[in-house]
Amino acid sequence: MLGKKKRPPAEIPSSSMSDIAFLLLVFFLLVSNVDTDKGLGVVLPPPGDSEIKLNPKNITMVLVNASGDVLFNNEIIAVEQITERARQLEASNPNMVFSVQTDRKTKYQDYIDVVDQLTAANVKKLALIGTQ
Amino acid sequence: MSIKKKSKPKSGIPTSSMSDIIFMLLIFFMAATSLKTVEGLKVKLPRARSIAKLDTPKQSVLFVFIDRTGRISIQDKLLNVEDVSEVIYPLRRNDNMLTISMRSDQETQMGVVSDVQNELRDASALKVNYSAKPK
Repeated sequence: MLGKKKRPPAEIPSSSMSDIAFLLLVFFLLVSNVDTDKGLGVVLPPPGDSEIKLNPKNITMVLVNASGDVLFNNEIIAVEQITERARQLEASNPNMVFSVQTDRKTKYQDYIDVVDQLTAANVKKLALIGTQ
Repeated sequence: MSIKKKSKPKSGIPTSSMSDIIFMLLIFFMAATSLKTVEGLKVKLPRARSIAKLDTPKQSVLFVFIDRTGRISIQDKLLNVEDVSEVIYPLRRNDNMLTISMRSDQETQMGVVSDVQNELRDASALKVNYSAKPK
């Protein structure tokens, strides 16, 4: 086997072409799947002003003002602390409802930060009462 | 083993693979265009940590755009707040799974967002997803 190697024919191998096409198809399918929407899922309360009587003990008020400060059960706390506090409350009372209220001028990002923190605490009952 | 000098390779475009190439290009452009069809307003999405993938099939997701000046856009149409429920209600009636994906700007004021949410409640579209980017 010391002879000079044959020059390979200069041609695009057509047999693998369909494989390449298939590969690309799979690739783009995956890429477009990755691109799906990500975010924080919430369920809004049903329409109407059906006031559900709740024991005040089961309500945690989370107020967010226009500059993004958080009032958690009448106490000003940092946004990062919400998860921990909410987790504690949730553990002590599984029926706890977290009611998030904002000012009309609150920035959306500040609101999302709060919802994000509550989601991180696996809060099941989230009431988004809206603006005051 | 016969060692022969090869004659010059044939020059010419192989026609047998042409269909495959065309097919490949077709797939590429299909993918590229479907990625680009983000309609709506220009928004800078908020950042969040505990975001999850939306579990609703794509055809049941309705995007509601709210930009930083408070303009609302649904299905490429600019709307007033009061008209949101009117637009969404028929869609909701035809699709039980309908999920509203709120694509709202970081700087949007909550007043508008909450007005829109109230409209969504009126239309019984209660599944809402706040679109966000990972932190």
